[in-house]
Amino acid sequence: MTNTPEQGAVGLGMPEMPAPEYPADVRARLEADAAEVIGRYPDSRSALLPLLHLVQAEEGHVTRTGMRFCADLLGLTTAEVIAVATFYTMYRRKPSGDYQVGVCTNTLCAVMGGDAIFEALQQHLGIGNDETTEDGKVTLEHIECNAACDFAPVVMVNWEFFDNQTPETAKRLVDDLRAGLTVKPSRGAPLCTYRETARVLAGFPDPRAGAVEAGGGAGHASLAGLRLAKGETVPGSPGRIVSPRSSGYPSDEPPPGHPSSHDAPHATSASDPDHPAGPVTDGTEEGE
Amino acid sequence: MSVATQLNEESPEKLLSPVLSAFWDEPDSWTLETYLRHDGYQGMRKALEMPPDDVIAYVKDSGLRGRGGAGFPTGMKWQFIPQGDGKPHYLVVNADESEPGTCKDIPLLFANPHSLIEGMVIACHAIRSHHAFIYLRGEVVPVLRRLHHAVAEAYRAGYLGKDIAGSGFDLDITVHAGAGAYICGEETALLDSLEGRRGQPRLRPPFPAVAGLYACPTVVNNVESIASVPAILNRGKEWFRSMGSDKSPGFTLYSLSGHVTSPGQYEAPLGITLRQLLDVSGGMRPGHRLKFWTPGGSSTPMFTDEHLDVPLDYEGVGAAGSMLGTKALQCFDETTCVVRAVTRWTEFYAHESCGKCTPCREGTYWLVQLLRDIEAGKGRMADLDKLADIADNINGKSFCALGDGAASPIFSSLKYFRDEYEEHVTGGGCPFDPALSTAWGGASHLEVNA
Repeated sequence: MTNTPEQGAVGLGMPEMPAPEYPADVRARLEADAAEVIGRYPDSRSALLPLLHLVQAEEGHVTRTGMRFCADLLGLTTAEVIAVATFYTMYRRKPSGDYQVGVCTNTLCAVMGGDAIFEALQQHLGIGNDETTEDGKVTLEHIECNAACDFAPVVMVNWEFFDNQTPETAKRLVDDLRAGLTVKPSRGAPLCTYRETARVLAGFPDPRAGAVEAGGGAGHASLAGLRLAKGETVPGSPGRIVSPRSSGYPSDEPPPGHPSSHDAPHATSASDPDHPAGPVTDGTEEGE
Repeated sequence: MSVATQLNEESPEKLLSPVLSAFWDEPDSWTLETYLRHDGYQGMRKALEMPPDDVIAYVKDSGLRGRGGAGFPTGMKWQFIPQGDGKPHYLVVNADESEPGTCKDIPLLFANPHSLIEGMVIACHAIRSHHAFIYLRGEVVPVLRRLHHAVAEAYRAGYLGKDIAGSGFDLDITVHAGAGAYICGEETALLDSLEGRRGQPRLRPPFPAVAGLYACPTVVNNVESIASVPAILNRGKEWFRSMGSDKSPGFTLYSLSGHVTSPGQYEAPLGITLRQLLDVSGGMRPGHRLKFWTPGGSSTPMFTDEHLDVPLDYEGVGAAGSMLGTKALQCFDETTCVVRAVTRWTEFYAHESCGKCTPCREGTYWLVQLLRDIEAGKGRMADLDKLADIADNINGKSFCALGDGAASPIFSSLKYFRDEYEEHVTGGGCPFDPALSTAWGGASHLEVNA
């Protein structure tokens, strides 16, 4: 790393001064957490990825101070830590928003509407890829396949699933995030900030009561085969379940009573006759 | 031809065989309590009463093959671990599911994480390991919460830790979250990443079975492979072999996605065909027909509607010129531009190439430049041969399978859809309207034509 050269000047490769340390109280707290992380592995260096998540939880992105902290604790050089931190896309290298909104634009989601959603969000928010809104709330980026192709198009916010999105639902989603409303994903716990999410990634359980249970069981698409195998049928379509894509989907109207979680399916489609995957025939679900 | 119009002659109850997904629809399906009500940890009890080598032989006899893409026999992988070598042995579960189109392990871990933990106890007993790792991709936080929870539940119940279920066997499991890198799904890159390094593949030999994690004997298995083991132990290898074919026995998760009526997870015996799956699940979306599809993610050469009757098992898909891969059946209808699809996949490979070897790092870069030009109508006819040539210089010549995966969509799309590439060149651009291929576009298109 070099000093930032003056505008238009050529950098002479002067090494940067070492990063400042964390204040003593922060360092003491992080060291206690880090000791717990390191204790999980036979070799301390294995703790590097979780520790980078941990310092990201402290400051919202991986800073030079955070990387120096990791290097100190693991007996590595800062160069070794920087080499790792810059390899993985989940480590942010600049201050970013409380909510990281990632639109899947890998082929399947892109074709199914991810490209249109990403385009709509850029225009709606007035920012480009990997940019943050002025209020510091939302960072927009396009992401690669997130293993939810049967719920395409998919949007991830702080790595929680927002399934079967449209440009309209995605725009309302970011509006709600910026308005500070509680937003629930399709599957998973109510959103917390990016820093709180990073702490879970470092291996510390989510402290919120009900976070594990939130979002219920498998999503509607995950159950498609099981429902068929159990002989669930719908009137007029023997042996077949109702298409998530039929029955007027996508709807531009949020379901009543869910002003801030318009795109959050309920625990199962069976519990919500208006859900795109339902309704299913009564009484057959638990029948076998 | 239109799959959607075909009659449903085979009943879904007979065609499908939910095992891992059998109780995903129950409330709190992810809890230990629910798992125990469905024969949970019964396979583990049987295995712990058997000598380790007998467990390996049993799983080998069952014919279980790896569900992560390569299809290597799971029991044989366990057998390669040297015994009595005085070194620690490790089991590392590859839960880095990132292959485009692949979406089976994530719902499995979200709805039924204990099947993996029970399988890990059995596998570790077999290979004499006392510390196992789950390497979960970082971008799935709700799944990470459930894994943390399930591991804690298992410790409390005595299924992990010291003297598991009174057997004298000890096992610790560490849940490890990755940080966003497709390449870490490659097993040696995964091991480097788990050691706290950049996730770059290693030269082999030595193979992980000899020098894996911390240079110790290590088994790396896919989530679904390990999660399938408890049912085999509990219900018997004969039961397992009663499904599928001789060389590809058992059940597996097929993931249907794209322009289909009912995308989702379908657990069925190996060897089912896409036609059968589409028939029972409502077919392609109304008014549209299948154009191309992948049998096992973007790295497996694509198929067309000529391949609807290919048995989806290791041999069947292989004989038809592709690979079973992860059974990620991404279906695209006639509104989809194949050049656009392949360009996007290629951009993915270029982005995810780790940079260690030249053919992949440079080759994927140049493929993207050529494809973007062709898609934008700025390509030349000679570029099509150049594409094939570059893909040929990556395929089989790069450090790991990422390079082969990058070449697959190029070769297969040129084979089946060369006309469409030429149309982009001669017509000065893409003839498709992307709005029609969206989840909502096809429906409105229908309404207009109705």
